[in-house]
Amino acid sequence: MDMGLVYVAGALMIGLGALGAAIGVGLLGGRFLEAAARQPELVPMLRTNFFLVAGLVDAVPMIAVGLAMYVLFAVAG
Amino acid sequence: MASESSITTSSYIKHHLQNLTFGEKQVETSPGIWTPTGDWGFATTSEEAAKMGFWAINVDTMLLSIILGVLMMWFFRSVAKTISTGVPSPVQNFAEMMIEFVNDTVRGSFSGGKNDLVAPLALTIFVWVFLMNLMDLIPVDILPLAVAQGAALFGADPHHVFFKVVPSTDPNATMGMALVVFGLMLYYSFKIKGAGGFLGELAFEPFGKMALPINLVLETVTLLAKPFSLGLRLFGNMYAGEMVFILIATMYGASLFMGSLAGVLQIGWAIFHILIITLQAFIFMVLTVVYIDMAHQHH
Repeated sequence: MDMGLVYVAGALMIGLGALGAAIGVGLLGGRFLEAAARQPELVPMLRTNFFLVAGLVDAVPMIAVGLAMYVLFAVAG
Repeated sequence: MASESSITTSSYIKHHLQNLTFGEKQVETSPGIWTPTGDWGFATTSEEAAKMGFWAINVDTMLLSIILGVLMMWFFRSVAKTISTGVPSPVQNFAEMMIEFVNDTVRGSFSGGKNDLVAPLALTIFVWVFLMNLMDLIPVDILPLAVAQGAALFGADPHHVFFKVVPSTDPNATMGMALVVFGLMLYYSFKIKGAGGFLGELAFEPFGKMALPINLVLETVTLLAKPFSLGLRLFGNMYAGEMVFILIATMYGASLFMGSLAGVLQIGWAIFHILIITLQAFIFMVLTVVYIDMAHQHH
């Protein structure tokens, strides 16, 4: 197999995962700030849920990074 | 391991990602063809471990997760036995903090009426998953090296002793827990809604009676995706985190500059990882509670 393609695959995995997570966390953080400005008394509850959803959003690109690292260093390296 | 001269980055990573597998020993009789020998023992290569099949067991995962589970139960039991209504001891404060935190979370996300199982289950999952994830923060070479040296005392070749420290980087452990949660979801669905109610939910939603096959396919996929994503999310996060730690560890041998850079990176990643391990344990707990709650809801 052409080893160059493995690096392209790793780059795609990390890049596309980061793209999706960036959009997701951006939307999430923006809405969180809006909600916190609107109703500051809800901040503790909102923060818990913020972290919960951030963890959910974060999971997919993290998995992609892990797999990409495996592909780049263990398969190709 | 580190003392081996012919070691490469790739073999180091693969060595660290291989479980200590016990099963029926296999011999490569000709290239690509493995035959069982009939003896039982530990696999000495990853290929052999992969060929051991269904009855192989990952000893390191089982051992560490059971040790951590017993540790957790011992901790809560010892607190419960010495509990006082006066000035609480620091240990009691710590245990009460965790119990109150879990209690608040369960009260916030569970609305299915009285259920004595959910809160203890949530506490168990949270603490146990957290402890298993916490093994990630131990420097990657310490425990594998100790186990390999220990095995060398019993006559094993230390280069062929594998040890994967973090139980939650083994999909067997995380998917096993997700399966238990799935079992509970099915149990409560049948118990609360009855077989008819549960199957009716699968068959007649979301599009009504006319589109029964489509409903059945959609709802079955939704149902199966829950435990699958639950287990895979925890596994993927911990696997990725462990992978980064291993890669940082490979930098130590490169040069003085790379080594000191690796030190900074390892501390940074470990601090960031404290957030991830807690968050993933919390998410696993909350999603378990939410899924069981959904099994209680009538539609």
